[in-house]
Amino acid sequence: MSLLDVRNLSVSVEDLEILHGIDLKINKGETHVLMGPNGAGKSTLGYALMGNPGYSITGGQIYFNGLEISNDSADKRAKAGMFLSFQNPLEVPGISLSSFIRNAIVQKTGESIKYSEFKKELKKNMELLSFDDSYKDRDLNVGFSGGEKKKAEILQMLMLKPSLAILDETDSGLDVDAVRTVSKGVEEYQKNQDGALLIITHSTRILESLHVDYTHVLVKGKLITTGDSSLVDEINEHGFERFM
Amino acid sequence: MAGKRSQVKDIDRSIYDFRYKEDGFYKVDEGLTEDIVKQISKEKHDPEWMTEFRLRSLEIYNELKVPDWGPDISGLNMNDIVTYVRPNTNMKAKWEDVPDDIKNTFDRLGIPEAERTSLAGVGAQYDSELVYHNVKDEVLKQGVVYTDMESALRDHEDLVRTHFMKLVPPSDHKFAALHGAVWSGGSFVYVPAGVKVEIPLQSYFRLNAPGAGQFEHTLIIVEEGADLHFIEGCSAPKYNVANLHAGCVELYVGKNARLRYSTIENWSKNMYNLNTKRAICEEGASMEWVSGSFGSHVSYLYPTTILKGDNSHMQFNGITFAGKGQNLDTGAKVIQIGKNTSTVIDTKSISKDGGVSTYRSSVTVNKEAKNAKASVSCASLMLDDISRSDTVPAMDIKTDDCDIGHEAKIGRISDEAIFYLMSRGISESEAKAMIVSGFADPVAKELPLEYAVEMNNLINLEMEGAIG
Repeated sequence: MSLLDVRNLSVSVEDLEILHGIDLKINKGETHVLMGPNGAGKSTLGYALMGNPGYSITGGQIYFNGLEISNDSADKRAKAGMFLSFQNPLEVPGISLSSFIRNAIVQKTGESIKYSEFKKELKKNMELLSFDDSYKDRDLNVGFSGGEKKKAEILQMLMLKPSLAILDETDSGLDVDAVRTVSKGVEEYQKNQDGALLIITHSTRILESLHVDYTHVLVKGKLITTGDSSLVDEINEHGFERFM
Repeated sequence: MAGKRSQVKDIDRSIYDFRYKEDGFYKVDEGLTEDIVKQISKEKHDPEWMTEFRLRSLEIYNELKVPDWGPDISGLNMNDIVTYVRPNTNMKAKWEDVPDDIKNTFDRLGIPEAERTSLAGVGAQYDSELVYHNVKDEVLKQGVVYTDMESALRDHEDLVRTHFMKLVPPSDHKFAALHGAVWSGGSFVYVPAGVKVEIPLQSYFRLNAPGAGQFEHTLIIVEEGADLHFIEGCSAPKYNVANLHAGCVELYVGKNARLRYSTIENWSKNMYNLNTKRAICEEGASMEWVSGSFGSHVSYLYPTTILKGDNSHMQFNGITFAGKGQNLDTGAKVIQIGKNTSTVIDTKSISKDGGVSTYRSSVTVNKEAKNAKASVSCASLMLDDISRSDTVPAMDIKTDDCDIGHEAKIGRISDEAIFYLMSRGISESEAKAMIVSGFADPVAKELPLEYAVEMNNLINLEMEGAIG
């Protein structure tokens, strides 16, 4: 049984169909890359998988761990083990990064977590991401730079330990050093948490240090080809033209 | 999924919404006549000047018009309001001496407990009169006076006479005149020069009788170099008839003194809250307001500060939460007269379920207020499409030598932000509560801890409940 099983999925935004019959299977621990030119519908797929109410499923189904989740709300999907790293994480004033993460862990798992353990793990992960300690007490994403926001997303992923993480353009707008730091966090998730990944990107920088199992190319709302990691290199050299 | 939205239930007021019958209570008839005012004055054993003051106020009341610029108050008919209800007890200094039903009321509101743990003194008013007043010995030894207005009128008549309704004269507006005519209860605080009261004093006002009005008068005098934190709380059970609150607060802050005045107002939703609060600051004085408005059907509330002395300062942090059937018109006013005076106004308002929340403020900087500073910031959050939020900030700046800033933000709660939090495993209602609490956080931070907790509980109660 696949971890994620997307069957013939069509998705509309405000009555305009963006995705037309997507099929996609992701198994436990696998890393999939979703590439495609701007406007192909990559982020739409990420949002639809996570359950953004603004994206309606007009055809097909999504199964996660064998259960249909097509109509589940985002919090239910998160509880089932899904995670989405946002391209533009939102600023939430009045709640600190650390208390937000702790709150989310408690809500997601339904269990309380010892403060000392939580603090230790948070510290470890923040160090891994070269994330300055002072950020844990700052309001969630408020006044964070682009790079800091992405680090905060990866930090949440590491702390919430999903079984599938969708990374939506996590590398966009980051400088070389920041991409490297974020990659380290993703690597940690791949290796030590045995997490599956769907990495949405239109560049390849984040993929340089990561092991990739499959690469999919999305053009105009359709998955037109799937290959292994060599497809990444090919796109890197020749772009998307041959698929369009 | 699209189009499916959560329904947010109305506030659970069960902790406030209980009542006891007013057995053996003394009441005047409904309405407002010269005879009723005379009767109240007689019952209260007023000195002659106060009786005259009341009657003059009544005349002014009859001459003045109902305000025509704010929320509709046509549902309020003075002929139906009982202006004076005296509980069946006089004021006690021990809770065990207070009659059971009244004591139970304050127990359920947590007042005796708060007194034991975190207050230097407590006054508790039930309908028109104080039923309990007590101050810790160490505060008394500092020379602080904290008592009900009636005792103050008897024991500190000169102080009362020189300050009572001098900041808010009955001619100020119709409901100030009404207050002058029928006022009863409230607290009097006098802090002598140089005395710092380390822990807060609190008065709690409970209106129990249906169709009644509460007109308590709070008079605080903080002398030179002194320091006080005063907390006021209020609530009432809900009735189908209109209740009226037209209190008056007058605060005199002496040279280099500091006064912090915190309010958590939680009237029931049949209450017309037409309250007037005003402070005057001498040289170097500091006035800090923290104001939480959650209850009432209609509120008109704009605490005013007169920065008379040079280098005086005022800070106002307020939050207003208007739910179904509520029209809350709140804000702050300041008049800067002294040189180097400074003002910081920071307010948040939240509206939901068709509630209307209006932020109204005015900043006046006089010609002689050289080097004055004022910073006004108001933010509104609407939780749905049927609620309303308005801001009406007025500024009247008569000097060029000043630094004035104003910032207003009005927005609807963001679906994207809710989705963001939900994608971490947080439920929709909790996500909304988080966003609202976060929005309110700058004000909550200004409140004493237990009130910040109460405010958060109120917000959570508002948000929980039902997802449809």
